[in-house]
Amino acid sequence: MNKKQRKMLIRILVSAVLLIGLQFVPVSGLPRLVLYLVPYLVIGYDILRKAGQGILNRQVFDENFLMAVATVGAIAIGLFESGDYTEAVAVMLFYQVGELFQSYAVGKSRKNISALMDIRPDYANLELDGQLVRVDPDEVETGTVIVVQPGEKIPIDGVIVEGSASLNTSALTGESLPRDVKEGDEVISGCINMTGVLKIRTSKEFGESTVSKVLELVENSSSRKSRSENFISRFARYYTPAVCYSALALAILPPAVRLLFLGLTPDWYVWIYRALTFLVISCPCALVISIPLSFFAGIGGASREGILVKGSNYLETLSQTGYVIFDKTGTLTQGVFEVNAVHHNKMEEKKLLEYAALAESASSHPISKSLKRAYGEEIDRSRVSEIEEISGNGVVAKVDGRTVAAGNAKLMKRLDIPYHDCHRTGTIIHMAIDGDYAGHIVISDRLKDTSAQAIRALKSSGVSKTVMLTGDSRRVAEETASSLGIDEVYSELLPGDKVAKVEELLAQKPPKEKLAFVGDGINDAPVLSRADIGIAMGALGSDAAIEAADVVLMDDDPLKIAKAIRISRKCLRIVYENIVFAIGIKLICLVLGALGLANMWLAIFADVGVMILAVLNAIRALFVKKL
Amino acid sequence: MNRAMPAYSFGKGFLTMKKTYKIDVDCANCANKMEDATKRTPGVKDATVNFMTLKMNVEFEDGQDPKSVMKDVLKNCKKVESDCEIFL
Repeated sequence: MNKKQRKMLIRILVSAVLLIGLQFVPVSGLPRLVLYLVPYLVIGYDILRKAGQGILNRQVFDENFLMAVATVGAIAIGLFESGDYTEAVAVMLFYQVGELFQSYAVGKSRKNISALMDIRPDYANLELDGQLVRVDPDEVETGTVIVVQPGEKIPIDGVIVEGSASLNTSALTGESLPRDVKEGDEVISGCINMTGVLKIRTSKEFGESTVSKVLELVENSSSRKSRSENFISRFARYYTPAVCYSALALAILPPAVRLLFLGLTPDWYVWIYRALTFLVISCPCALVISIPLSFFAGIGGASREGILVKGSNYLETLSQTGYVIFDKTGTLTQGVFEVNAVHHNKMEEKKLLEYAALAESASSHPISKSLKRAYGEEIDRSRVSEIEEISGNGVVAKVDGRTVAAGNAKLMKRLDIPYHDCHRTGTIIHMAIDGDYAGHIVISDRLKDTSAQAIRALKSSGVSKTVMLTGDSRRVAEETASSLGIDEVYSELLPGDKVAKVEELLAQKPPKEKLAFVGDGINDAPVLSRADIGIAMGALGSDAAIEAADVVLMDDDPLKIAKAIRISRKCLRIVYENIVFAIGIKLICLVLGALGLANMWLAIFADVGVMILAVLNAIRALFVKKL
Repeated sequence: MNRAMPAYSFGKGFLTMKKTYKIDVDCANCANKMEDATKRTPGVKDATVNFMTLKMNVEFEDGQDPKSVMKDVLKNCKKVESDCEIFL
């Protein structure tokens, strides 16, 4: 509790004790009023002051004004009619209890949620003359060597120059398995060093480092308001004045009608009391606080799971996802090409790979990298000469004086060399040496372990259609899709075609369902921004993806997509529950109040009670671990 | 006659400014009131007040000085909600 809240608690206690005590003091008339005014002013002076200021500033209809009018009115009725002041004081008292609870609960959850997101490193260690010096990470220049000790956070992105350690990445990714790193590995800021001392050469400034980017994103996230939030603030704007005018009508019309047309006694006090009851119910607090709180908690809970949502509006859209479009490489597959097999080779497998790796040694294409990896030894460039790259076909080069051709079927046709087709899917590198066919190498991308499970999880959480887009050949694409259970495949697409495909799908989907595109953030920024919701995965370190996407998955597990959708659905369900519940109870109370079935006690209990329940319900959005 | 070109014509949006301020306010409805008051302040193009993070994003109109505009914003906010604070 902060100072303000403690002060309020004391005021509440003092006023409550006085109020109870006064029940046993047998005075009547004016002295009774004066005695009751003491607890009333103790608890309500600031409300009265604010109400007065509101009137001076022509900001009449706020909750302070309503409470002031309701309680002063009740006191007046007490003075002239019933002699009961307890009700007025109690209404003010409970109103303040509700406000205190709200302020406490919101402060508490704000703290909790911010703590989840608090991955900000406070300092960086520099080694000066053998001594460690703590400096502000903002002051560390790119290329400086920093020291990270066990238990400390890595403050800035960089490359390890000395040492090895296990890193806890859970604050960033939600992944609890530690990641082992050693000399030469790139590390990102925000991870916690759990074991060894690391010396890291920074590769970015603090402001450009992962941790800063992520924090910036999270902190700005709830500035983008959702439709529900906008609805509530509009609702609050009209609701309060509407109730006030109704109260005025309730106080004047029925007595007037009774007096003029029915010839009955006007019963002014009865109707004014009912009107005042109306005012007590008119505070929209429960809604106004619980809806943003639900979104805030939902976004906070998601970020603990390594799912960053850039705004409440995106959380809202995500909950309506009906179509999920995947990019294949890097999203459903690992994006790492591996040599899987060597077929029809006449020479030794190892020898053939050696020739292939040498011939492709000048290229930086993932395929040639995978060949080099499969060969596994240092490449002696001097053995290769006369490298000729035939675009879209492959490479012809002289290796150790022999002519080596490595490429696809087109290359073999072009060179007029008979070749064997392969029954395996993947990228096939045919090899010919001195004009003779020497076999082929099968290279393929591996599916992620959780891809199939992820598609099933999406289906079971209500996604109606899954689509895969890829630049890969049709055979590879269709085999991948059918093994994963994906509904539709579009293959052999150029990057520009992907945008067109997504637009086509946007046009054909049912209007109520939203379309989400999932990519790894490389080359698909235009598609990410074109889709209703762009989800970038494995985004650690990729600024472009963080920029273009609406939802960022910190690690590259496709299961998180379904999880993100379930989190958003839970959050939105809570939001609707609160809207219906709070407005429903208020309307019921208004009707009961108008009919004279509800008194002020009931009204204030309904008001405070609804608020407390709605706030507690909102906090539920934070708990997403088991979804 | 290129010399007549005004020095500030760097293109649309060049002088549009967005700033974030920390705020303190007690209730969500009060935050909404602050948002309205800020939006009504001359020199402010758009504003959002975020009660959950206690932050306020203000977009200023072209050529306005944020410092002096924010003084008015604070004054207007104090008017609608005396307990609020903006940390300039």
